[in-house]
Amino acid sequence: MVKVGDDLLAAIGGLPAATSPLVVEAEGIHKWFGRQHALKGVSLTVRRQEVVVVIGPSGSGKTTFIRCVNHLEKIEEGRIKVNGHLIGYQEVDGRLKEDREKNIALQRREIGMVFQRFNLFPHKTALENVTEAPIQVRGIREDEAKALGMAILARVGLAHRADAYPVQLSGGQQQRVAIARALAMKPALMLFDEPTSALDPEMIGEVLEVMKELAREGMTMIVVSHEMGFAREVADRMVMMDDGRILEEGTPEHFFENPQQERTQAFLSKIL
Amino acid sequence: MGRAVPSSRVLRPASALAGGLALVLAGCGPSSYQYNWNILVDSVIRPDGQILSGIWLTLSISIVSQIIGIVLGVFGALGKMSRIAPIRWIANVYIWFFRGTPLLVQITFIFFGLGVTRIYQWPPINLLGVSIPGSIQAGIFALGLNEGAYMSEIVRAGILSIDPGQLEAAKSLGMTYGKAMRRIILPQAARVIVPPLGNEFNNMLKTTSLLVIISVPELYVTFSRKNASGPTVFHPFELFLAAAVWYLVLTTIWGVIQAYIERRLAKGVAGTPATGGVSLRERLFGGRRPEGAPQGSGGR
Repeated sequence: MVKVGDDLLAAIGGLPAATSPLVVEAEGIHKWFGRQHALKGVSLTVRRQEVVVVIGPSGSGKTTFIRCVNHLEKIEEGRIKVNGHLIGYQEVDGRLKEDREKNIALQRREIGMVFQRFNLFPHKTALENVTEAPIQVRGIREDEAKALGMAILARVGLAHRADAYPVQLSGGQQQRVAIARALAMKPALMLFDEPTSALDPEMIGEVLEVMKELAREGMTMIVVSHEMGFAREVADRMVMMDDGRILEEGTPEHFFENPQQERTQAFLSKIL
Repeated sequence: MGRAVPSSRVLRPASALAGGLALVLAGCGPSSYQYNWNILVDSVIRPDGQILSGIWLTLSISIVSQIIGIVLGVFGALGKMSRIAPIRWIANVYIWFFRGTPLLVQITFIFFGLGVTRIYQWPPINLLGVSIPGSIQAGIFALGLNEGAYMSEIVRAGILSIDPGQLEAAKSLGMTYGKAMRRIILPQAARVIVPPLGNEFNNMLKTTSLLVIISVPELYVTFSRKNASGPTVFHPFELFLAAAVWYLVLTTIWGVIQAYIERRLAKGVAGTPATGGVSLRERLFGGRRPEGAPQGSGGR
């Protein structure tokens, strides 16, 4: 098992300060893909240091939802605030207008995202993947960025692979680099889009270890995942989505012991 | 195929063809052409100043035009993929026009057409103490514009070959579209772009000969002039063979350079050692996977 440093966030100077007790405020989100109504009025609030695990059958809109949170998807209705700032849109005369690209890019600095398929930059080494955004986006000095990158890589157990290209890393290692890359921007919120579902079973543990450590140290996280062990251990709240809606919400105990909706019961019985 | 083809079936048409050729040659009668092999040997082994300056001009015009073409190609590709409709239209019209008309027409139009109407008369320009005649400027301009249209499609294909997840990852880290293109997408697309780009530059080296129409004294014109007057007058066989040899030298050197560039760009690609490039052996017999590399599953 990979050893994860128990001071993961120390590498980025501790838990990034939040400007609002409510990190995510999503209100009545509607999203269409052409004629397909993917999100039908989703509302979700995530408090600072809260870990929310989103579950649901494929096509239920859970991935679409967290992609809306950092505006990788446009929304047709509703509003999403992160740290109190409206994401992707500006309010002009009571109507929402898509924000300028520069502002959207600025807002995304505060939101780390980890993808199902890692999406590491293949032409850059593990360390370069981590330092790219701090240098190019935050504009910090290269030596500083390297020190920061090495500190994070060390804590996710990959200091010795800093000079490896993604193709030379296992899936689990790649995903840990991807988490390190997102952390290097010192985000106030981390989004995880099925971070372990593209991994071979024996590599899932090492990625979950890093995520659990992040959760324990107080990182605010929304995790789309069916890793129920993870949810049971660190989730503060779970959300069941189905057909573009939030069907049920509650603590892990509620979900594992006493789910109310039939649909939730059926779904959980399949994956547990 | 397996079964042997009866030899007569192959031989009959072949011998008929050879017979026909012999008849045609016989019809031309014995040639009175006096070969002068010294012209060929001298032009290749001991090129005079005229030839050297022709080579230099071909090479420099090709390089400058190709660079213009690459730059225009990047803008053309991004323009064609732009979210803003008018930018898309401009890019499309540009590509449509320069791919849809002959280069020869473009060259003559740009030099003579613009010149005679005084839209632009191509005066010589002084660059670092060297006077560059208008015909060379017009030639570079025409070749660059034409090349840009083709490069647009090549660059666009390169960009489209990159996983959309790369752009999303870059954006999620706070990069703007422009920065993501420059730092993440284009460097990866370059690997896809370089092989066809090599083809384009190889073509460019040879296509410069079309500048004969506006009397740019590049490689082809040099030999053409030697054939028209002076001590080597009317020795087209030796002279143009020598010209061919020089073009081959240029394109061959480029081939070596291209292979080197491709090796450099191969870093981070499956089957490639991180530090070096792909050896010829690995290229021919398949690369070995680095230790600990994922097998099949997982993506880039």
